[in-house]
Amino acid sequence: MMYSEKVMDHFMNPRNVGEIEDASGVGTVGNAKCGDIMKVYLKIEDGIVKDAKFKTFGCGAAVATSSMATELIKGKTIKESLEITNKAVMEALDGLPPIKVHCSCLAEEALHAALWDYAEKNGIVIEGLKKPVNDISEHDEVPQEDY
Amino acid sequence: MECYFDNAATTKVRAEVLEAMLPYFQENYGNPSSIYKISQKTKKAVETAREQVAKAINAPAANEIYFTAGGSESDNWALKGIADSYSSKGKHIITTAIEHHAILHTCEYLETKGYEVTYLPVDEYGLVSAEQVKEAIRPDTILVSVMFANNEIGTIEPIAEIGAVCREAGVLFHTDAVQAVAHVPVDVQAMNIDLLSMSGHKFYGPKGIGAMYIRKGIKIPSFIHGGAQERKRRAGTENVPGIVGIGKAIELASAELETEMPRLIALRTKLINGILEKIPYARLNGHPDLRLPGNVNISFEFIEGESILLLLDMNDIYASSGSACTSGSLDPSHVLLAIGLPHEKAHGSLRLTMGHFTKEEEVDFVLEKLPPIVERLREMSPLYEQIKNKK
Repeated sequence: MMYSEKVMDHFMNPRNVGEIEDASGVGTVGNAKCGDIMKVYLKIEDGIVKDAKFKTFGCGAAVATSSMATELIKGKTIKESLEITNKAVMEALDGLPPIKVHCSCLAEEALHAALWDYAEKNGIVIEGLKKPVNDISEHDEVPQEDY
Repeated sequence: MECYFDNAATTKVRAEVLEAMLPYFQENYGNPSSIYKISQKTKKAVETAREQVAKAINAPAANEIYFTAGGSESDNWALKGIADSYSSKGKHIITTAIEHHAILHTCEYLETKGYEVTYLPVDEYGLVSAEQVKEAIRPDTILVSVMFANNEIGTIEPIAEIGAVCREAGVLFHTDAVQAVAHVPVDVQAMNIDLLSMSGHKFYGPKGIGAMYIRKGIKIPSFIHGGAQERKRRAGTENVPGIVGIGKAIELASAELETEMPRLIALRTKLINGILEKIPYARLNGHPDLRLPGNVNISFEFIEGESILLLLDMNDIYASSGSACTSGSLDPSHVLLAIGLPHEKAHGSLRLTMGHFTKEEEVDFVLEKLPPIVERLREMSPLYEQIKNKK
């Protein structure tokens, strides 16, 4: 199998699948053309991510990175949330095959998109958070050193 | 239950084939080119296999069959060889948009060498017509290469009609018949085929052995230079066990064609109908009837192919997909895009290919396991959520 045991575990038993009805922020990234779409829901109270859920259209790595990214963000402060990079998600999953690195980038983008939505809804500025690219059709923009 | 549904990728070697091959590793190991007694047996075995292959495709003579290392070598040889020897006539080649990469990438290579290639589009079923070929032929056309049957969607092309058009126009006709030989009737004479590629491991023979039919009188240079094997057209000491294997395999499969085809078509019908009845938002890719007996290719909306394969694998069901994730690139299968599928539906394709060893229980098992897998992935999909909310 091309995937690590952790990736397979998070694909077979994904954590946090679903929606949050009264979500504080929702972010959707990717597109169907490329074969990956991630939608992340965050529940944020007192500056802390109390809950996170996701829905993903994509391959095994896309599901596993969504699962891991939502696991990692739960319980974090907003500032700590920004430290969940694609590399952090990959490391938590014991690595990804080179061709799947873009899935971890998408997971990071999805978290950022949900945080951005939260910030916009509440009229606040999260320092260090950039406006997400909702339609990252150019997945090959992934940093080359990861390959 | 282990269910192997990837017979288009490769097949299991039949016991009779393995049994026929075994004596050629240790007992009869002589080099067929040598003159002593023990080499006479290997030489004879190679010639027997050549006759078996010739008979299976109704080649007029066994010496029109050349053994190669597989389908890709045969395809490369046919295209590069004809391009080379007929370049004084012209530098135009006609093929289709849905060929195997062994053809498409060879054509791309030839384009860098100054050849011009026309890639004929296909219809929604993956069919190209003889009329299209006829219209594309020019005075400088030297070769038409159209696959006999497509490896992904199973569509069987109108080879006899295309062969007739080519013969009338005086243009050589090659067909990549890797998926078709020993699965559907192939007759190089009746179909006016000048060159034909095949591969042993697609019909229960060993890997690493293929063959090419080259009609007598066709000029083609040697692809592998060296010794005088294969009438000086393909050097290298013969892969004797492989050659014995492909011969035995093609003989067995051809003899059983009349009973095996309807058996597989019945399983195919059951599998296709079962899936389409049980799973909504699914469509059959390829032609409903003009299709390889063992091929099923279905797209499921809102989900992605690799995820389906991983979950099938957990149930010991082995299949393949045309999604980008399984093609090793970011684009889904060129064949599915060529028949007009939008990217998202191409990403959600599943190919199930059956063969000699496939039993009805396995089809039933797939029909039991697949619907909950699709449903499970859809429940996780944001695209499905949109559809459900619209209702």
